Amino acid sequence: MTRLSMVYITLYYIAFAIFLGGFLFKIWRFAKTPAPLVIVGTPGAKSGVGTALRVASDALLFRSLFRGNKWIWVGAYCFHFGLLFLIFRHLRYFVWPLPMWYSRVEQLVGITGGLMVVIGIGWLLGRRFFHARTRYISAFSDYFVLFLLLAIAGTGLLIKFSVRTDIIAVKTFMLGLARLHPQPAPADPWFLLHFSLVLVLLVYFPFSKLMHAGGVFFSPTRNQIDWTRSTERRHVSPFENTKSA
Amino acid sequence: MADIVTPKLDGKIRIPLMEEGATSHYHTLESSPKLNEALGYPGELVENWQEKAIEKFREVLDTNKALRVFMDICVKCGSCTDKCHYFIGTHDSRNMPVARQDLMRKVYRRYFTLGGKLFPKLVGASDFTKEVLDEWYTYFHQCSQCRRCSVFCPYGIDTAEISMAARLIMSHIGLSSKYSNEIIAKVYNTGNNLGIPAPALAGTMEFLEEEVKDATGVDVRYPMDEKGADVLLIAPSADFFSAPHVDSLIGYGKVFHEAGISWTVSSYASEFANFGMFVGDFHVMRKIAQRIKDAAREFGVKRIVVGECGHAWRVGHSFWNTLVGPWDFLDQRYPVPQHICEFSLDLIQRGGLKLDKSANDARIVTFHDSCNVARASSMGGYEGGQFEVPRELIRATCNNFVEMAEDTIKEKTYCCGGGGGLLTDDLMELRIRGVLPRAEALHAVMESHGVNYLALICAICKAQFTKVLPYYNIPMEVVGGIHQLVGDAIVLGGAKHEV
Repeated sequence: MTRLSMVYITLYYIAFAIFLGGFLFKIWRFAKTPAPLVIVGTPGAKSGVGTALRVASDALLFRSLFRGNKWIWVGAYCFHFGLLFLIFRHLRYFVWPLPMWYSRVEQLVGITGGLMVVIGIGWLLGRRFFHARTRYISAFSDYFVLFLLLAIAGTGLLIKFSVRTDIIAVKTFMLGLARLHPQPAPADPWFLLHFSLVLVLLVYFPFSKLMHAGGVFFSPTRNQIDWTRSTERRHVSPFENTKSA
Repeated sequence: MADIVTPKLDGKIRIPLMEEGATSHYHTLESSPKLNEALGYPGELVENWQEKAIEKFREVLDTNKALRVFMDICVKCGSCTDKCHYFIGTHDSRNMPVARQDLMRKVYRRYFTLGGKLFPKLVGASDFTKEVLDEWYTYFHQCSQCRRCSVFCPYGIDTAEISMAARLIMSHIGLSSKYSNEIIAKVYNTGNNLGIPAPALAGTMEFLEEEVKDATGVDVRYPMDEKGADVLLIAPSADFFSAPHVDSLIGYGKVFHEAGISWTVSSYASEFANFGMFVGDFHVMRKIAQRIKDAAREFGVKRIVVGECGHAWRVGHSFWNTLVGPWDFLDQRYPVPQHICEFSLDLIQRGGLKLDKSANDARIVTFHDSCNVARASSMGGYEGGQFEVPRELIRATCNNFVEMAEDTIKEKTYCCGGGGGLLTDDLMELRIRGVLPRAEALHAVMESHGVNYLALICAICKAQFTKVLPYYNIPMEVVGGIHQLVGDAIVLGGAKHEV
């Protein structure tokens, strides 16, 4: 095994541990922090099913964003579903074997996803640059994450279409990592760049606004149930037995 | 009237260009040391305020899921940036919801996140300096906690929660607004926000009985402190003392009279409003709500019906059960609390009220959804009932009802500009500017349909609109309560009822 391989294998496990540990820690903290009061926003669903549908409509359809701003919604939807397609396209690097139909659709899904991601990010970046109110509220970190994702998508498309990488080597390497049985890393610099950028994203994720990915399920204004006048249930606050602040 | 140039209304709501700092001089009066201490807060800004503030901040993060989640997950998409009535009215960029939230988030990042500790500039983090504290005080007192922004946020991030938390943290280092604290102290001392003593209240109730007798020839009772009554009515204290509020109180009395139900108000708990919510203090809220529970127990009532008050309806509907529940000593067949609109509509639907709609024929009515009713509660026991119950009540009592533009009603309603503890003379300029989108929408239906009555179910809305609409050449006489309409349409003694 080359020193380069050793370095990348180590970095991968470190990055993955930070991502997983950080993500789970944040989610655990969202989950365990108590809600003093029921603050569900309109229309407060009266049942668990209604609430689940409501949260799902925000997580899957970006319904509230659609009502708020159709232009952002178009870009965001294009980007996020492109991302979903790309994750699908990369399944072969984590799970193998995959069913026959996977091989038949993966190319189409991958190409579509790649284009959607690039177009979506371009759209969202354009808003940040040229839309005055959005530019006003943007910090460096807001641009950074878009550029990082763009670079990941760009290098990905590059090794697919332009400087084609040896995908058998990539697959061997990736499956080795997933099976905790590391194999040598491909020596292709474009692939390694693509891979490195993903590691940066993994490490960055739990410390950033990317946590909206998990946080969307924990927003009390959406995930609570409006049963506050029920005689059978009573929402108990963490201050139930405290006398004053 | 304050010397303020208001734009000429043309019925269109325009999103303005940003003017950073346009309202940085709106600084609501600070509370006196004596008042602060009366509420259990430090009298003045404590010496180590920064340290204390961060300590309190940490505590709020640990006990309030909303704040914990909202600090982390905003992606700066910009969906909320054009949704706040104060931004539309003042043009100040810091009145864009996300920018207001970021005043808190930048401190959060600096003290509670790795990125903010290591690279504050890159992630928009900032030390909690005196300057930042000033911004907090200024701009968290330019949020009426109306929750309109949260409707359009992909994650439901609610600036109201953030402004409440910010005010709570500031209170705990000795910095809070005079207006809210004064009112809370009055409730503690006299039982109501206006500081009306019991004898004056009794006088008002007697006066109302005479008024109604003179106008209708019928003896309608307006009882106070009557033990053994079936219903305890909890109304905002403005209903006892202000116009047009009192006309709704007259209406409640007529409804109870027709229902044949004995009722009473309490001089001890003569206030539905609960400003503990505005200052974000759970314990203040609970203390105020406790008075109502104590009064209900003492009088041995079976049910609690509440009057027209927006934020208080949120506290009553959504918080009471947590704050001071359970209410198991009341008749469990009725919701606790029950809104007077629910009570009246139910009575009408059961044929218990005889109504003469033509009594309101001179009125062309539109309805303003009050923010806390629309976005923080429900009515009638079904989703969206808070929109339908008041409208059904208006349709049942008036022949002429017109909706304002779709983007300005129901869950998208615009705040009156005076909610959230900002209904004070020292924020008059903010209040006048904040009403702009609602004034435009109202102007549009006044022009197109001749609307001359703005029906409300909120004491703050009523006070705010009567004061600020005249700046836009809309006469204060258009403002009124729903139960003013109900009261005027009731034919006393007209219905054969069984209760």
